[in-house]
Amino acid sequence: MTTTSEHTATPTSRMPTARTLRDRLQQLLAFASLIVIALFFTAADPIFMTFGNITNVLFSTVVIGLLALGTTFVIITGGIDLSIGTGMALCAVMSGTFVVTWGLPWPVGVLLAILFGGLIGLVNGFNVARLGLPPFISTLAMMLVAQGLALVVSHSAPIYFNDSPGYLQLSTGSLIPGLQFPNAVLVLAVATIVAGVLVRRTVLGRYTFAIGSNEEATALSGIDVSRWKIVIYTLAGLFTGLAGVMISARLGSAQPATGAGYELQAIAAVVIGGTSLSGGKGSIVGTIIGALIISVLNNGLQLMSIPQEWQNVILGVVILVAVYADQARKKAAA
Amino acid sequence: MTVVHGTRSPERAIDRLLLEVEGVVKGFPGVQALDGMHLTLRGGEVLALVGENGAGKSTLMKLLSGIYAPDSGTFRLDGREIRPAGPKHAEDLGISIIHQEFNLMPDLTVAQNLLIGREPRSVGFFTRDRLLNERAGALLDRLGLPLDPRARVGALTVAKQQMVEIGKALSHDAKVLIMDEPTAALNDAEVEVLHGLIRHFVTPETGVIYISHRMDELKEISDRITVIRDGRYIGTVDTPDTNLREVISMMVGRAIRTDARPENVREDRPPVLRVDGLATKALLKDVTFELREGEILGFAGLMGAGRTEVARAVVGADPISAGTITLRGAPVRIRHPARAAELGIGYLSEDRKQFGLMLGQSVATNIALSSLAQRFATRGFVRDRDIRSVADALISSLGIKTPSSRAEVSNLSGGNQQKVVIAKWLAKDCDVLIFDEPTRGIDVGAKDEIYRLLNDLAAQGKSIVMISSELPELLRMAHRVVVMSEGRVTGELLADEATQERVMHLATLRPDESAADAAELHLPPPDVPAASDVGPHADHHAAPQSEARPGADADQAGQSS
Repeated sequence: MTTTSEHTATPTSRMPTARTLRDRLQQLLAFASLIVIALFFTAADPIFMTFGNITNVLFSTVVIGLLALGTTFVIITGGIDLSIGTGMALCAVMSGTFVVTWGLPWPVGVLLAILFGGLIGLVNGFNVARLGLPPFISTLAMMLVAQGLALVVSHSAPIYFNDSPGYLQLSTGSLIPGLQFPNAVLVLAVATIVAGVLVRRTVLGRYTFAIGSNEEATALSGIDVSRWKIVIYTLAGLFTGLAGVMISARLGSAQPATGAGYELQAIAAVVIGGTSLSGGKGSIVGTIIGALIISVLNNGLQLMSIPQEWQNVILGVVILVAVYADQARKKAAA
Repeated sequence: MTVVHGTRSPERAIDRLLLEVEGVVKGFPGVQALDGMHLTLRGGEVLALVGENGAGKSTLMKLLSGIYAPDSGTFRLDGREIRPAGPKHAEDLGISIIHQEFNLMPDLTVAQNLLIGREPRSVGFFTRDRLLNERAGALLDRLGLPLDPRARVGALTVAKQQMVEIGKALSHDAKVLIMDEPTAALNDAEVEVLHGLIRHFVTPETGVIYISHRMDELKEISDRITVIRDGRYIGTVDTPDTNLREVISMMVGRAIRTDARPENVREDRPPVLRVDGLATKALLKDVTFELREGEILGFAGLMGAGRTEVARAVVGADPISAGTITLRGAPVRIRHPARAAELGIGYLSEDRKQFGLMLGQSVATNIALSSLAQRFATRGFVRDRDIRSVADALISSLGIKTPSSRAEVSNLSGGNQQKVVIAKWLAKDCDVLIFDEPTRGIDVGAKDEIYRLLNDLAAQGKSIVMISSELPELLRMAHRVVVMSEGRVTGELLADEATQERVMHLATLRPDESAADAAELHLPPPDVPAASDVGPHADHHAAPQSEARPGADADQAGQSS
C-alpha cells in the first residue's frame, strides 16, 4: 500500500518533530526566568539565598501551588475554575467544623474537608458538562456560593484549631528530623508528583489534553467527554480541599472571609507556567515553576522593602511578559 | 462535453497578459515550496490552477496576497511589476482572493460585511445604516448577486455566504480574482450559479484563477488549465483540447484509472448493521438501510440531503426521534458516540479538522485516542511504548507520510491526516466504519490511496459506509448506493445498475413526489405526517426499541472487545 505514497508529496523535512521538545523548551525558559529572578534578588540582598528564606519562599508557595495544580487540569481542557479561592475558604471552614465543632479526629476531618472540596468540584463539573453552562459562569456562581456558605457555616467568625496540635503540625511541623523544613512543603511536593503522574501517565491526563485539543473530535472518538469533565473538575476540587486544609493549618484557624483573589493568583501561576488558556497545552512542572515565580517575586520584593501595592503591579507586568514571550515564541516557531 | 461559453468565444482579445508570475522561488526552512513557478493569466479568461496538496498552490496565493515575499522572481500585473506587501495592498493593486474558509462575521448583516471598514459615517463616527444598505444593495445589483443587504450572514446558506465573499472581493474593483476550492461545499445547482457569476465577472480587463480538485468542473468553467507539481510549473493546456486523464497524469506524473469499478462486490454476505425507520426531529424521516459484512455501501445525495445526519444519528452524536438499529441481529440503542465505539462502530467525519483530529497533538496521540483506555492502559496508566509501536505499525501499513509518530498532525497533508483518522479507528478494531466524505480536500494521488485502503478494509471483512458528494468516486467504490433526498431514502442501486444519471435522478427526486400529483387536486399528501403527528408517531417507534434494550446490551457486551 505504500507504493503510491510518494505522490502525497510531503517532504518529511518540512515537519518540525517532537512537540515534546518544544514543551521542554518552554519549561526550560520558565525555569531560566525563575533562576534569573532569584539571582537578581540574591544580588540585591544576600539574605534571599539563605536556607531560612528559601524555606520561607517554598512555604508560601504551598497554597497557591496546590490551587494551581488542580486548576491546571481544568485549564488544559480549555475550561476555567474561578471557585477555587473561596472554595478553599469554605473547605477550611468545613475542616474547622469537622475537627473543632464536631470534635472528629483531625485526620478524619482533613479527609472529609478534602472530599468536600471534591464535592464542590463535582457540582462545577456537573454544571459544565451536563447542564452545558460555560465554565466561566458556572464557577463564578460557585465562587459566590462558596463565599457565602463559608460565612454562613462559620457564623462569620474564624474557627481556631487551638486544641488540635496534630492538625497544626500538618503545615508547620517537620517530619524530617533535625531540619526546620515544614511539612506543608512536603505536601506540595507529593501533590506535585501525583498531579504530574496523572497528567503525563494516565488515561485521565490524556483525555484532559484531548478534550482541550478538540472536544468534538474527542467525543466522536468514543470518549465520554462529559463524564471525564466531571472527573477533572472534581479532581480540581480535591486540590482545593487540600489547599483549604493547608491554609487553615498554617494560620491555626479557618478564616471564612479569606480566599477571594487566590483563584486569580493560581490562574496566573498556571499561565506563567506556559499552560494555554485555550486548552490542549500545559504541564505540571510549568505550573509549579509559575507558582514559585510568584512567591519568589513576593518574597524578594518584600526583602527589598518594596510596598505591597507595587508588588501587585510588578506581578501583573510579569504575567503580561510571560504570556507575550510565550506567544511570540510560538509565532516564531510557526 | 464541449460547452461553449461566452468566456471562451474566439474573438476575445486574449493576448493581453493580465498577470504574469515568472521564476518565483520561495523556500521555507527545510522545504522548497516554490521552485521556479511560472504562470500567466490572460485578460478575459478563467485559468484553472491544479496540483496535488503540497504542490505549492497555497504558497503561491500567499505570495500574491503579500503574506510572504518571494525569495526571487517577479509578479507583473498589466505589464508592471508589483510587490504586494499584504492582503490589503494586494486588493488595492487589484488582486482579490476568496479563501476556502470564509472571512465573514456571521452576526453582522450582508451590507455590514460587504462594506466593513468603508461604512458611510456621519461626524466620522456614527454609522449611517440606510445609506450603508443602499450602497450595498447597489453593489449587489451591479454584481448580479441575489442577496438581501439586511440579511444576517450567519443565517445564509454556504452558497450565499460565498456570494458575500465574492461581493466583498469584487467591490474592490478586482482585476484578478483568485478562488480557492470555491465549490467544495456547494451542491450542483449552487455550482451552476457560481459559474454564472464568474462568467458575469470576466471581461477583457479581468481574469479568474480557479483552484479546484473537482475535475469535471474545470471542463465547465475554465479556458486553460495550469498544472503545478512539487512547487514547479508543469504545463498549461487549453481546456477544450484536453481530457481529465491528461490533466491528472500531469498532476501526479503518471496515469490513473478513472473508470474503475468496485472490487469484490459482496451480495451474499450476512447483514451487520440494519437501520429501520430512523428519524430525527430536524430532517430525517423513515431512513432504512442494511450494511453487509465486507461491503462498501455508498450514500449519495445532494448537499443537505441528510447523509451526514444519518451517520451522526447512527453513532449517537445526534438524538433520534424514531427508528431502530440492529447490530448483528441484536437491537442496540446508541445514545452517545462512546457507546457506538464500544460496539465497534466508528464515524470518520467529513470535517477532519473540526471533528476528527487533535491538530496540535502528535500522530501517535491521535491514533491512540479512541482505544486508549481499552488497549493502551493498565489500571489507568498509559503504556506509551505500546502506543508508539501500534502507531508505527499503522503508519507503515497505511503508508502515512510523517517523519515519526511524534510529529504534530497539523503538519501532515490532508491525505495523511485522513489516514491518521482511519488509523485511529483501526487501532480501536472497529468493524463498522462510516466514512463521511473521506477524500474531501485530498489530492488525486492520495485519493487513490484512500480508495485502495477502503477496498482492503472491505476485503478484510470490515463493513463500510461511504458518504460522498463525488459521484464518480461512489460509483467506483460502492457495492451498493443508497440515494437520499431531503432527509429520506429515495432509492438504492446495485453497483451494476448505478450510473451517474440514475443516481442524480434519485437524488433530485422530491421524496413526496408521489404526493405531488395529489397536491394538484388540493389533497393533503398521504405520506407526510402533519406536525402534530410527529410526537405520538415517534413514541410508537421508540417503544419496542426500549423494551429490547437490556437483552441487546447483554448480547453486545460479549461482542465488544
